[in-house]
Amino acid sequence: MFAQIIEALQYAFIQRALIAGCFIALACSFLGVFLVLRRFSLIGDGLAHVSFATVALGLVLHVQPMLVSIPLVGLASVLILKLNEKAAVYGDAAIGLLSSFGVALGVMLASVAGGFNVDLFSYLFGNILSVSTLDVWMTIAVSLLVAGAVRLFYHDLFAITFDEEYARVSGIKVKMINKMLVLLTSFIVVLGIKIVGTMLVSSLIILPAVSALQVVRSFKATIALAGVFGVFSVIAGVFASYIFNLPSGATIVMVNFLFFGGAFLSRYISEKR
Amino acid sequence: MKIIEVKNLSVKYRGIDALSNVTLGIDSGDYIGIVGPNGSGKTTFIRALLGLVPFGGEIYFQGKSFSDFFAGKHVGYLPQRMSFLDQSFPATAEEIVLSGVYCCKRFPKRLEKEDYAAAEKVMELLGITPLKERSIGRLSGGQQQRILLARALVHEPELLILDEPTVALDPQSSGAFYATVQRLNKEKGTTVLLVSHDIGSVGNYASKMLYLDRGLIFYGTFEEFCKSPKMTDYFGVGQHLICHRH
Repeated sequence: MFAQIIEALQYAFIQRALIAGCFIALACSFLGVFLVLRRFSLIGDGLAHVSFATVALGLVLHVQPMLVSIPLVGLASVLILKLNEKAAVYGDAAIGLLSSFGVALGVMLASVAGGFNVDLFSYLFGNILSVSTLDVWMTIAVSLLVAGAVRLFYHDLFAITFDEEYARVSGIKVKMINKMLVLLTSFIVVLGIKIVGTMLVSSLIILPAVSALQVVRSFKATIALAGVFGVFSVIAGVFASYIFNLPSGATIVMVNFLFFGGAFLSRYISEKR
Repeated sequence: MKIIEVKNLSVKYRGIDALSNVTLGIDSGDYIGIVGPNGSGKTTFIRALLGLVPFGGEIYFQGKSFSDFFAGKHVGYLPQRMSFLDQSFPATAEEIVLSGVYCCKRFPKRLEKEDYAAAEKVMELLGITPLKERSIGRLSGGQQQRILLARALVHEPELLILDEPTVALDPQSSGAFYATVQRLNKEKGTTVLLVSHDIGSVGNYASKMLYLDRGLIFYGTFEEFCKSPKMTDYFGVGQHLICHRH
């Protein structure tokens, strides 16, 4: 197996997938902790569905789908937030609203363009073969942006996540921080669909955070452990998919499930004692 | 000096007047017990002060209008309901207490040695030092309340707003709690606004009483309250009972 791993590392597409995947996973896990604790984690799923439509739009217009997706999905994320704040639509319902709109629009666009082609299919379930050098650089840039934002606004994010009202009383600009959080999520979702696809990208946000929450007591440790779970699931998933000839996106998600199972069991055992 | 001035404060809640035409001034160093029946607007009053609900009228803090006022820097706040508290939230008691100093930090916020020392001090004062590393969700209601009180006190605010602070406390902790607040009021001159439904125990600590019932019914010292014929008309025998307990 070791020889196969060495062999896999020779391929440029595996190298690109590993680099982009690790950065994406790290950023997704960081954001995931805040989103999961604020009961807003499905926003990743909703935005991924919206990005299905924007990718289809890009393919129809023969424009690079990422370039169409980043601004439009970003806009959708702010819209979800506004629907939740202003129109008194519940957070989950606001996500559902835009999510179904995204899928419906995507299917319509695909049909106008003459049905589902291979390109659109690879965006649905991810295709590490399609990760280009430009994607890798964009991923690194956005992930560093996420890590930087989490570092600089860590205390504000913590305060809002724990007690939003107290954060407001403390003079923290809650609306601004919320907007930043959903916008960063939208960018990372768009970049993540190359690796695991629109159907599975939200798992990179939800699973590492939920696994870390099973075992950790402090907030900082939760973020760190979620990052570790996320990165290791990508590394193990990419290699396992190469060795066993399995689809890479799905394998990454399955490894995440194994981590969750392990974390859940260790919590269960420690509480029983 | 007046720390807070309220002019014609009105708050509507779902189209109904929760509070109307409240005008009053609060002196720096006062200890005010805010009392009144259920649904009388006590919590609404302090939420308006903190800018958490939209209101009509004017509120001035230290002579400045609300929008200029950087509330958290001067205010420590202990909210009423702890229902927001997620029992599986991954934070240690110390992390929660330290979040009380964020108000006074500039971007990018960093915790310094002094902040940890301040947290240590206030946790010692409230007898929760042994809980420092414990996860907030695993603590009892009374312990959680003391941690949130420590969060409100850690930056030594000039004004302390407490909404039904002793509901989850046993009589012993409750006594220690009132003693701590009283000491802050006496020694540091902290202005205290304490919401309570228990008019009797408020009388033991507060220097003034603010009685609300969807508007201002009475504001002044307990002595003034007991001697006021207007209050006799309003409360009847109730006034006597309150004064007797006091």
